[in-house]
Amino acid sequence: MKPPPFDYHAPRSVAEALDVLAAEGERAKVLAGGQSLIPLLNMRLAAPGHLVDINRLTELAGVEAEPDGVRIGALARHAEVERSEPAAAAQPLLRQALRLVAHPVVRNRGTVVGSLVHADPAAELPAVLTLLGGSVRLARRGGPGTPAAGVSVSPEVPAGGSLTVRDVPAGDFFTGPLESAAGPGELAVSAFFPALPPRSGTAFREVARRHGDYALAGVAALVVLDDDLRITSAAVACVSAGPVPLLVEVTGECGHRPPASAGWAGAARAVQDRAEPEDDIHATAGYRRHLVGVLAERALRDAAREALNG
Amino acid sequence: MTTKLFGEPVRRREDPRLLTGRGRYLDDLGRDALAAAFVRSPHAHAVIRDIDVSAALDVDGLVAIYTWEDLPDRLAEPLPLLIPHPALTHGRTAYPLARDRVRHVGEPVVMVVARDRYVAEDACALIRVDYELLKPVVGVEEAAQSAQLVHDDVPGNVGAHMVQEVPSAGGLDVREVIEDAPHTLAFRLDIERSASTPLEGRGVYARWDADDSSLRVYSSTQTSTSVRMAVAAKLGLPLPKVEVIAPDVGGGFGVKIVHPWPEEVLLPWAAMLLDREVKWTEDRREHFVSSAHERAQVQFVRVGFDDDGRVLGLEVSILHDHGAYTPYGIIVPIITSTQLPGPYKIGSYRVEFSSVYTNTVQVTPYRGAGRPQAVFCMERTMDRIADHLGLDRTAVRAVNFIQPEEFPYDQGLIFQDGRPLIYDSGDYPESLRMLKELIGWDSFPAEKERAAAEGRRIGIGIGCYVEGTGVGPYEGGHVQVTSDGRVHVSTGLTSQGQGHETAFAQIAAAELGVPLERVSVVTGDTRRFGYAVGTFASRAAVMSGNAIALACRKVREKALRIAADALEADPRDLEITDGMVHVAGTPGAAIPLATVAVLSNPLRYAFDEEAARATQFAGASSFDKPPVPEGDEPGLEGRDYYSPIRSTFASGMHAAIVETDPLTAEIRILRYAVVHDCGNLINPMIVEGQIHGGVAQGVGGALYERMVYDGHGQLLNASFMDFLMPYATEVPHVETAHLQTPSPLNPLGIKGAGEAGVIPVSAVIASAVEDAEGIAIDKMPISPSELFDLRRAAS
Repeated sequence: MKPPPFDYHAPRSVAEALDVLAAEGERAKVLAGGQSLIPLLNMRLAAPGHLVDINRLTELAGVEAEPDGVRIGALARHAEVERSEPAAAAQPLLRQALRLVAHPVVRNRGTVVGSLVHADPAAELPAVLTLLGGSVRLARRGGPGTPAAGVSVSPEVPAGGSLTVRDVPAGDFFTGPLESAAGPGELAVSAFFPALPPRSGTAFREVARRHGDYALAGVAALVVLDDDLRITSAAVACVSAGPVPLLVEVTGECGHRPPASAGWAGAARAVQDRAEPEDDIHATAGYRRHLVGVLAERALRDAAREALNG
Repeated sequence: MTTKLFGEPVRRREDPRLLTGRGRYLDDLGRDALAAAFVRSPHAHAVIRDIDVSAALDVDGLVAIYTWEDLPDRLAEPLPLLIPHPALTHGRTAYPLARDRVRHVGEPVVMVVARDRYVAEDACALIRVDYELLKPVVGVEEAAQSAQLVHDDVPGNVGAHMVQEVPSAGGLDVREVIEDAPHTLAFRLDIERSASTPLEGRGVYARWDADDSSLRVYSSTQTSTSVRMAVAAKLGLPLPKVEVIAPDVGGGFGVKIVHPWPEEVLLPWAAMLLDREVKWTEDRREHFVSSAHERAQVQFVRVGFDDDGRVLGLEVSILHDHGAYTPYGIIVPIITSTQLPGPYKIGSYRVEFSSVYTNTVQVTPYRGAGRPQAVFCMERTMDRIADHLGLDRTAVRAVNFIQPEEFPYDQGLIFQDGRPLIYDSGDYPESLRMLKELIGWDSFPAEKERAAAEGRRIGIGIGCYVEGTGVGPYEGGHVQVTSDGRVHVSTGLTSQGQGHETAFAQIAAAELGVPLERVSVVTGDTRRFGYAVGTFASRAAVMSGNAIALACRKVREKALRIAADALEADPRDLEITDGMVHVAGTPGAAIPLATVAVLSNPLRYAFDEEAARATQFAGASSFDKPPVPEGDEPGLEGRDYYSPIRSTFASGMHAAIVETDPLTAEIRILRYAVVHDCGNLINPMIVEGQIHGGVAQGVGGALYERMVYDGHGQLLNASFMDFLMPYATEVPHVETAHLQTPSPLNPLGIKGAGEAGVIPVSAVIASAVEDAEGIAIDKMPISPSELFDLRRAAS
């Protein structure tokens, strides 16, 4: 369980990191928290020729909570985001989800952006980004020499030299199991999680074999109420229910009703019908599908309760 | 003032060292040693046609590559079959490196030695082994039925077949009794594989001293003395030229009693050949596929009983999965078949097992060693009888209990030590009474009803066991008091975290009347004690504990004799307290044990003031006899051995309350209660720790752990990500109560406690889930997904 040989790069600036990534292309892999990559290397399941360690790029460590949402830099650890009060105030689903991510030791080291780029459909954060309609900001050398239209160059992306920055919406970012839109030479510099709208609530419910394990099934829910406290929007995102996080809009099933009389069961059935779980050594697909329904209803009810209390 | 030490919850003296990173585990040693790594078979069953190492030869830092063809003489032979048995007609063991055939994924084929482990693994990745694939045999029933053979010369894949039968008091055989019984039941039970999975895997570090022609081997083992003999024999070295040391060992749980592992003979051999230090530290994947597993059995049960639930006849037929090899003989199925009757008087009993080969990792004892399967079988049977008759589950057990006045009780079977299975002592009715009180058995139905009214499902379960502990043949202890008053205790068996440094010191301090701080304990180091068997089968406290006590008594007797001379007193009037030998009731007439140690060793040369007291002109000895009298020896030390007539039988009963989620089918343990009887307690805190750890492993076996082999013999969950060892979050708080029925078989009256906690857990959880769900549970472990399927099938 020792990795195959690789060249190790420890850039001191984002510019330097982008240069190395540009030079090595597909042979390079970015090392941030290492909570997925290092085991893959040690089991010789991955053999990148170059590791680009971004742990010295402290300019990417920020967690910025703004009125419209939370921007999380590529080096921000799960634990930092989990403990950030401004982040939790702006978008409570972040903390709700992060508490389900592995264990404190893993969260101390693992990064939110790293988890997104790893794009494991069993992981919580891709589902969160998908449900909230967030995005991932990717930067690379070359290209037109100016930022893509509509995207401002944030402080984490250096000036000097030509570069391309693009914000990829969650719906486009996750392209398959362990596959994302981040291409060769690209560095995910940050991710943006939109803030919780008024009169709305979130919840994350999952069933895992052991505390902190990847969930057998998990559902994140977002419920928005109107001024009369009736449901105007309800949606869930499921983990382990397909090749990418599964987003299911269930506003219709819930009905324009107060939470107490909403059509939760119908909504849960709709989610269940859309789920495409698979058999594995821990559970059958049939059981997982059943769980998706149970958890969708529980998560929607919890989210609606939060919305009423908020 | 005498400090009472035996029986006190003394804090473990080793913990500050182990908990602050000052332990010396195998991988902490030999920083500059060369590293070994292994090419292991990726196939479950194949013929090796060719091994091409040429691509690996250019790897910078490579030192050597070895295959079976390189092995000399005795190393080229199969590894020893450690415990032969007449019923094991077709015992088979592996070669240290596969010769021409591999029989499970993970079997070692090539050993690479290199500058470090990284380079060694790089070289391994470049070695090409040409395999001709054979059909693998996976699963115990396939093995019993398949025409495909794991070993060409083992027909039917049956390594061993054994029957033991105890007819009824009236001389009827079991089948007749069951035919005539008022009630009969027949059913099948299944238990999955699990494994010891110590946090520290195996490891070997070998140092060859060419000038001295001597070898020192460090191994993360449960038996250093026996590894030493095996290494000396395999390498043709004189025994005195081989030292084997077990450093701190991060858990064993049975897997490290197997020896010699291929690595334990290959590493020393390579160290000698290369005249360099060589080390191998097992990684987690290697441990899953290259060490040993346990547990898997299929059991077919027929039972006949009367209207009170009294078992008149019990017939059990067991298919035991032995994996690819049988280095440890058939100890596991023997224990299952002989410990199955538990605390009960079974009217007549017949047990039969077939131990079959499969193309999977070999099966050797893991904590509990066949007992969890036995208890699962017996306790499921008790629950089924209760269910059939509509009786309380504890009532059925009570009516079958051996009564306190019936000890010694002969079960009429031959146990794993080759001796009659005779229970020495116990009080099962009292254990049950205590357990019912602890868990609140009688008030549970009301509790269950209240929960049901809230839409919650809860259930209660129970499991009882008897555990043969402290098997022979022997252990020894050596105790030396040096002239500084310190007491040095050594015993040959090894420690894997059990707290021996504390428990053995308590025994020595209590026996010798010295403060605990003055006692030091060394285990598992053949330089200090060469004769031993090992640490397994809940035997360390019983075996070495008693041997150390006996050795201490010799030292004490000698100390009193020397002190009596010095004090001009009668030895019978002397006592030792707090390290001082003194005349009882006469203050002032005293001599420190340190001084007695000085006087015990007549000297010519003085090297300090204390020593001067024992020199030849100091007048310490009488002119009438030689300085060392006939029959005496210099020094205040003693050595003694404890060799029991047979095993001593501990017992216990567990109960649990579980909650099952009506929707998600998740299973949560709400309460877990243990009543435990291991005779006299040396240290109740250590015993409780053992029980907690055992229950934790039992919870793993009941709800989480399994070895998932696919049809190709690939182990699909060979990592801690997918092999679900429970975390602290999955292990319930364990409520314990102790009953002490001393063993009449040994001087200290103790019984073993090491395995106890794990034994009944699967039976208890199955019982509780069954109670909560009203669905028969006959396979363990059980996952939420499986419970969901059972519910579907039942509805």
